[in-house]
Amino acid sequence: MAEEIIRSTQSGKVTMRLWRGDEEGGDFVEYVMPAQEGEVVLDVIHRVQATAAPDLACRWNCKAGKCGSCSAEINGRPSLMCMTRMDTLDTTVPVTVAPMRSFPILRDLVTDVSYNYEVAKRIPPLAPREKTADEVEAGGYRMAQIDVERSQEFRKCIECFLCQNVCHVTRDHEENKTAYAGPRYFIRSAELEMHPLDTNDRRQLLQEEQGLSMCNITKCCTEVCPEHIKITDNAIIPLKERVVDAKYDPVAWLGRKIRNRTKKTASEAAALAPAQGPAAVMPPGGVHGIPQPHSGGTTVVVEELVDVDVNVLSDVTETPDPTSPNNPNL
Amino acid sequence: MHEYETHDFDVIILGAGGAGLRAAIEARAMGLRTALVCKSLLGKAHTVMAEGGMAAAMGNVYSEDNWEVHFRDTMRGGKMLNNWRMAELHAKEAPDRVRELEEWGAIFDRTKDGLILQRDFGGHRYARLAHVGDRTGLELIRTLQQKAVADGIEVFMECKVLRLLRDEQGAVNGMVGYWRPSGKFVVFKAKSVVLATGGVGKSWMYTSNSWEGTGDGHAMALWAGADLIDMECIQFHPTGMVWPLSVRGILVTEGVRGDGGVLRNSEGNRFMFDYIPPMFQAETADSPEEADRWYDDHAAGRRPPELLPRDEVARSINAEVKAGRGSPHGGVFLDIASRRSAEDIRRRLPSMYHQFKELAGVDITAEAMEVGPTCHYIMGGVRVDADSTATTVAGLFAAGEVAGGMHGSNRLGGNSLSDLIVFGRRAGIGASEFAQGRSDVTIDEGQVQEVIEAAIAPFERESGENPYEIQQSLQETMQSLVGIIRTGSELEDALGKIEELEDRAANVALSGGTKYNPGWNLTTDLPSMLTVSRCTAMGALERKESRGGQTRNDFPTPDPEMGKVNFVERIADPAADTSGVGGTPSIRSITVQPEPIPVMPAELQALFEEAH
Repeated sequence: MAEEIIRSTQSGKVTMRLWRGDEEGGDFVEYVMPAQEGEVVLDVIHRVQATAAPDLACRWNCKAGKCGSCSAEINGRPSLMCMTRMDTLDTTVPVTVAPMRSFPILRDLVTDVSYNYEVAKRIPPLAPREKTADEVEAGGYRMAQIDVERSQEFRKCIECFLCQNVCHVTRDHEENKTAYAGPRYFIRSAELEMHPLDTNDRRQLLQEEQGLSMCNITKCCTEVCPEHIKITDNAIIPLKERVVDAKYDPVAWLGRKIRNRTKKTASEAAALAPAQGPAAVMPPGGVHGIPQPHSGGTTVVVEELVDVDVNVLSDVTETPDPTSPNNPNL
Repeated sequence: MHEYETHDFDVIILGAGGAGLRAAIEARAMGLRTALVCKSLLGKAHTVMAEGGMAAAMGNVYSEDNWEVHFRDTMRGGKMLNNWRMAELHAKEAPDRVRELEEWGAIFDRTKDGLILQRDFGGHRYARLAHVGDRTGLELIRTLQQKAVADGIEVFMECKVLRLLRDEQGAVNGMVGYWRPSGKFVVFKAKSVVLATGGVGKSWMYTSNSWEGTGDGHAMALWAGADLIDMECIQFHPTGMVWPLSVRGILVTEGVRGDGGVLRNSEGNRFMFDYIPPMFQAETADSPEEADRWYDDHAAGRRPPELLPRDEVARSINAEVKAGRGSPHGGVFLDIASRRSAEDIRRRLPSMYHQFKELAGVDITAEAMEVGPTCHYIMGGVRVDADSTATTVAGLFAAGEVAGGMHGSNRLGGNSLSDLIVFGRRAGIGASEFAQGRSDVTIDEGQVQEVIEAAIAPFERESGENPYEIQQSLQETMQSLVGIIRTGSELEDALGKIEELEDRAANVALSGGTKYNPGWNLTTDLPSMLTVSRCTAMGALERKESRGGQTRNDFPTPDPEMGKVNFVERIADPAADTSGVGGTPSIRSITVQPEPIPVMPAELQALFEEAH
C-alpha cells in the first residue's frame, strides 16, 4: 500500500537573480534552475536553498498567502513570494528578487521589520462598551453584520508589511518613522474607530502622534496589498475626514459614534459600503525606483533538484551594484 | 566557553500560536513575569492558517445545542480514545473562551439577531463553529496577539529553542536556544515552562503545515523525561489541494462542505453515500435528496455523509482514487460551484476563492476543485493532566496540538481552535501556580555548554551531509510508508530508514555562519523531526488495529481491547544518552508500551446510551 510519490516534470531553465548580502553590503547572484510546472517564486527559492545555496536566507511560513512572511520585491514589484506564480513572470530574462527596501537588511532576502511591531505597541486596544441587560442574558454582544463589515475588511490584513514597505512617507525618509504609523496601522486604527463596540476616541492620537496628515493618498499601499484591502479609500480617507470633523465639530463625531451602534440610514449604509475602485495598476518600472533586472553578478547553474552540480559561469562583478537595495542613492 | 545572554522569568511560554498566546495572557493576568518565545515572527504561527472556525456549544443557531452534545460528538469523533476529562472541560468552557475573544476585539460573523454566527462542520451534530468567513485562525491569532501586546507581555521572536534544561531533581528550569537573525545563543531561566509548539506535519511530503511544524515541543518533552501518548494518531485532512504540485497539501477548508459542497468521483457520483460506517448510520442521510434538505433545516433530514468525521472522509477519498475513480491529478472533485451562487461562495469562502484563483488558476464559483488527503494534525502528543496541563515532568506544561489526549484518535474540525483557548488558559494558570510555589532557579552551566557545542559542530566538519536531502528523504519515507494506510512490514521498513537518517543527520556539514542561516536552522530541527517520526512509526506498529488516525491494512477493524489503552512512549534516562543528533538522546532509546486510558465516570458514560 506504499504511497506513490509524484514527481514534477522539468522543462527548460529559469534564471533567478537573488540579492545576497547583509547590512555591510552585497550583490545579486544568478542561479540557473530547472523550470517546473505550476511553481511560485518561493518554490524556486527553496530549490536554490536545497541545492546551490543552503544558507540563502528567506523568511516564510505558510506558503499559502495567509501568514504574510515572505514579502519581497520581485522584478521591482513588492509581492508575496508564495503567491507569485512563475508563469506570470517573463522567464526569458532573469527573475530578480530583492529584499523589501524600506527595512534594514538582516541577511539576503530577510529584513528587520521590528519597526512595525514597535508601532503596534502604541495603538490603544479595543475598549468595548458595557453589555446591555439583553446582551448579558443572551451571553454576548449584539452587532449587526452590516455594522461589522467595515472593520472585518481591515482585519483581513496578514501583516506582510508590503504597504509599510512601499509607503513613500517612510520609504525615502527614514527619519519619518518615529512620527508615522503607516498604512497597516492606519487600517488598525480605522478598524477600531469603526468598531461598533469601541468607546475610545482615537483622532487626536492619529493626528498628533501617528502622522495621519503626512499620508498624501497616493494609494501605493492599496496597490500592493495582497488581501486587496482598500486601504486608502476605506480606511485612510475616512479617518482623515473624521480627524478634520473632530477639529471643527466634536458633536459630529459623537453623533457618528452613537449612530454606529444603531441602525444606519440607507445613505449612511451606502457610504460605508466597501469602495469599488478600479483594479490596481502598477506604474511601468515598478514602484518608486526599486531595482530592476540587469546583467552582472555571479551565476550558479543547478541542473538537478537533489544532485548538486554547481558551476560558476562568470566572475563576481567587482564594482558595486548600482541597484543594490543598500545603495543609499536609491 | 561559548558566550550567551541570559533572561530570567517566572513563566516562559514556548510557541506563540493560539495556545501559547492564550497561556501568556493568563499568566500575565495572574501577575507573573511572563515571556513568549517563538520560532517565527509574532502573528505568523500555524494557527493563522486555520480556516473554518472554533467549535463551542453556544447555541446561537440551534438552541438545542449544549456542552453534553459537544462532549459526545468529540468523544465519538475520537473513537472514544480521548481523555474524557479534557473533552468535558473543553465542551464546557469553550463558549466563555469564544465570548471573551469578542471583548478583546475579535469580530465574528453575525446571526440575524446580531449574535456570533455558527456554521456546520463534520462530526458536529449542530451548527457550532464560530467563524469569520474562512479566515478564523487569522482572527484568533490577531486578537490574542493584540491583547498580549496591549498587556505588555514580552515576546522574543525568531528564537529557536534547542533543549529544555533541568535541575538536579529533574524539574525543568529553563531552556537554551539561539536567535535566528544573529545566530547568537540565549538561555531563558524559568520557574515553569509551557510547551505550545504545535504539530509535526513537516515530516510528511504533502502537508498543510508550515515549516515550523517539526515537533520541537514533542521531542524536547521526551528528551526531558516526559511521556508522549498515541503518536501514531495522525489526521490526514480529507481536502488538501492536489494541483499544481507546488501547492499539493495546502488546506481546503471543511467549511466548503459545511456550506453545501459535495465530493464526486470521476464518474460524477457522490461517493460518500457508499462509505457510511455503522457507528454513524443512524444519523447520516442515505440519499442526496435527504442530505440536501438538511442544510436549510436540520430537522428535515439527516446529515450529508460529506460531513462525517475527517478520518472517514479521508479514507473514502483514498479508496476512490485507488479504485481508479480519481480526478486527473490523483484526487477527487469537491464541487460547490453547482450548489451555491457565485456571490455566496465569494462571501462565505473568500480565502478559498482567492487561493484557487491565484495558485491553481481555478474559479471555484464555476468549476470543481481537485482535492485529496493531506497530513494535517497530530492527535497524540505530550501526556498531560487535564485540569492543570501538567506533564509528567515537574515544571513542564503543555497545551494545544503538542498535548495529547483531548482528541482521541481523530479530531473533529473546529475543535482545535477551541482546544487552544480552553487549554491555553488552563496552562497559563497551571504554570503560574507552579511558579508561585517555586524559589529562584539555578542553571547548570555544563548543560548549556554541551548543547551549544553540539549545535555548532556541523560548521566544523569539512564535508558531510546536506540537511535538505535528509529532510527530503524523511518526508518521502513518512509519506510512502507511514501515510494514511499503514501495514506492519512497511512500518518496520520505515523504522529502519529513520534510523539510517539519524546516522546521516549526525554527519551534516555546513558553511555560511550561524547568522540567519536556513541550512543551520533546518539542521537544528532535524533531531526533533527524526524523534517524532520514529515515535509515530513505533506507535503505529504497536497499535494493531484501525481507529481514527491510525489505519492498518493488516488490522482493518477496531480492536475493543486496544480502545482501552494509550500507547505511551518515553526515554527511561534521557540524560544518560547523548548519542543522537546534536547531543540529543538517540531515537533508538525510545520505548513504547500500552497503558490504560482513564475510565469515564458513569454519569458521562450515560450520555452515550441515550437515544439521539
